[in-house]
Amino acid sequence: MTAPISPSSPNGALPDAAPPPAPSEPEAQSGSLPVSAQPVGAQTGAPAEFPPASPSQRGLFGVHGTGDTSGFGGLLRRRPAIVDAQPPYGSYFDEVVDGLREALHGGGTAIEHVVVDRGELTLHIEPERIADVCQVMRDDEALRFELCSSVSGVDYLGTDAHRLHVVYQLTSMTYRRRVRLETAVSAEDPTLPSITGVYPTADWQERETYDMFGVVFTGHPGLTRILMPDDWEGYPQRKDYPLGGVPVEYKGAEIPPPDQRRSYQ
Amino acid sequence: MTEPVTEYAPSRETTEGRVFTVTGGDWYETFGGEDPIHDERIVVNLGPQHPSTHGVLRLVLELEGETVTDVRPVVGYLHTGIEKNLEFRNWVQGSTFVTRMDYLSPIFNETGYALAVEKLLGITDQVPARANTIRVLMMELNRIASHLVWLATTGMELGAISMMLYGFREREYILDIFELTSGLRMNHAYVRPGGLAQDMPAEAIEKARWFLKYLPKKLKEYEDMLTEQVIWLERTKGVAVLDVTGCLALGVTGPVLRSAGLPWDLRKTMPYCGYETYEFDVPSRTAGDVYARYEVRLAEIRESLKLVEQALDRLEPGPVMVADQKIAWPAQLAIGVDGMGNSLEHVAKIMGQSMESLIHHFKLVTEGFRVPPGQVYVGIESPRGELGVHAVSDGGTRPYRVHYRDPSFVNLQALPAMAEGALLADVIAGGASLDPVMGGVDR
Repeated sequence: MTAPISPSSPNGALPDAAPPPAPSEPEAQSGSLPVSAQPVGAQTGAPAEFPPASPSQRGLFGVHGTGDTSGFGGLLRRRPAIVDAQPPYGSYFDEVVDGLREALHGGGTAIEHVVVDRGELTLHIEPERIADVCQVMRDDEALRFELCSSVSGVDYLGTDAHRLHVVYQLTSMTYRRRVRLETAVSAEDPTLPSITGVYPTADWQERETYDMFGVVFTGHPGLTRILMPDDWEGYPQRKDYPLGGVPVEYKGAEIPPPDQRRSYQ
Repeated sequence: MTEPVTEYAPSRETTEGRVFTVTGGDWYETFGGEDPIHDERIVVNLGPQHPSTHGVLRLVLELEGETVTDVRPVVGYLHTGIEKNLEFRNWVQGSTFVTRMDYLSPIFNETGYALAVEKLLGITDQVPARANTIRVLMMELNRIASHLVWLATTGMELGAISMMLYGFREREYILDIFELTSGLRMNHAYVRPGGLAQDMPAEAIEKARWFLKYLPKKLKEYEDMLTEQVIWLERTKGVAVLDVTGCLALGVTGPVLRSAGLPWDLRKTMPYCGYETYEFDVPSRTAGDVYARYEVRLAEIRESLKLVEQALDRLEPGPVMVADQKIAWPAQLAIGVDGMGNSLEHVAKIMGQSMESLIHHFKLVTEGFRVPPGQVYVGIESPRGELGVHAVSDGGTRPYRVHYRDPSFVNLQALPAMAEGALLADVIAGGASLDPVMGGVDR
């Protein structure tokens, strides 16, 4: 299990009176959710800005972290822990993993992690090797993942140095199997080999991933924005990109835009 | 009377009198009969506001004469950032957003989302049988409605205007059933994580039964009108062919793949919602052209009717939401004078009788339920192909990331492969046969 990690951006506007979060609290024991964090994005003067002094003030209904249920604490970001599964993985997963290791001819180091969760197999692949692995996944007799169903990204801001994950969903029509490949690159050097040479269908999906996350796929025939306008700045699906929106008036009250509304952790 | 000048208009005598053949002046002398733009490329911008591009789709075409040498689809005009918006709403509110993606198959968007959230929660097995049956029922009705709109719009784009009126007319009956069931014709937010927003009323079931008897007669009419019609055949036979290899390389699924000869249907190959217990066939053809896609879709409407009938037969009274009170919406919804809302009995209970119920309602509605961290991918067979939902949870009350693999988006990539080298008119036929819905493409 990886230990829970606090959000990256400390709130500079927090007054000195705020008690610092105690990192040694027995939070990691329960393993799941508790994260001690300073409220991110809190506003001075807003109620419930300060973390409660004792756990007893946390209240009911599964409140964790700061105990701030008013929503002024902003979003807490946690990364689902990568838990390596131990073989045998069950189902068809062993065949896929063994078949891939064999077909890579000793290049099995390309597989960084094997995760089995909720009946789905996720293979974490070294970024530089993703196109090679896809080639093998498509062509090997024992694997035969003919269809690349989906390519998309996930941004694990603040919880992973390689925060930009690209997720490939492969489907084998021969064996009726699915597998997910996952790679991670950093925001500073977000380059990955393009898999369009193996799966031409990844063309637009890689463009979308570039458009939304700024992942640069080297070898892509025409990596341009696809959904956003060509001259758009920034990558909208990254977690540090604001949702945007304007406050609206409703029956005399002003309703803030969705990403500034009170919300629950 | 002098002889008329015949240099530009030679004449001949007929029984009707003298007939002149008017030619284009000195055109031939000037240009020597050569087509001046014979080897000149023209770039034509088609759309995004064009009645024949099947939505807000823009096509940049390079033409040599009437032959298309290059097609570049430009999308994004309907991008509304639904996936980003989902990250700022709780899990239940997500249904309201995803239903608006592919607006011709809202039930599929909702079901895909609900299945993904249920898989994340680990409650797939707990969804009541009645909820699953109604999901199948609604999905198949939606599939019929979607295929009818395809038939209608494609008919219109290929010159069969009456088909458009008929298709939309029949679809309206399905929307009536949806309205009776969910309160809304479109954008229902009816299928929710854990089950359904509310039960299907008897009136809607009755209406669906009636529709089962009504539609086959109409389908016969469409076939009478189109199947042997010369213009329809000319516009569709052998047009925009894509074989199985091309489909798989370009990720094309759904009716287009089945029209090329591979009967890949997720309802059969990777069943969900209990599809494995229903009896139905997967229609396929081998021609891989627009006509084959037309045949496949018509046959699929018939298969969907069979599925609707079976679903109606096995509807038994029971709950339509999981029993877990920490997930299920606390109230059955009811349609009031101002739209859908909490049922009056429930409001009376939480406001007048039970403080605990009020607290519970408040926490669940405002805060929402937590979903254990992890990620899942769920694929379902939408009218256009594989609709995939990749959902990631960080353990909170809101989705960390939801990505829709929309079949329209992926399939639209195949348009250049289908249309380049063909005539301009075939671009329209080919694009229409992919059935792209721009709401789904751009999300």
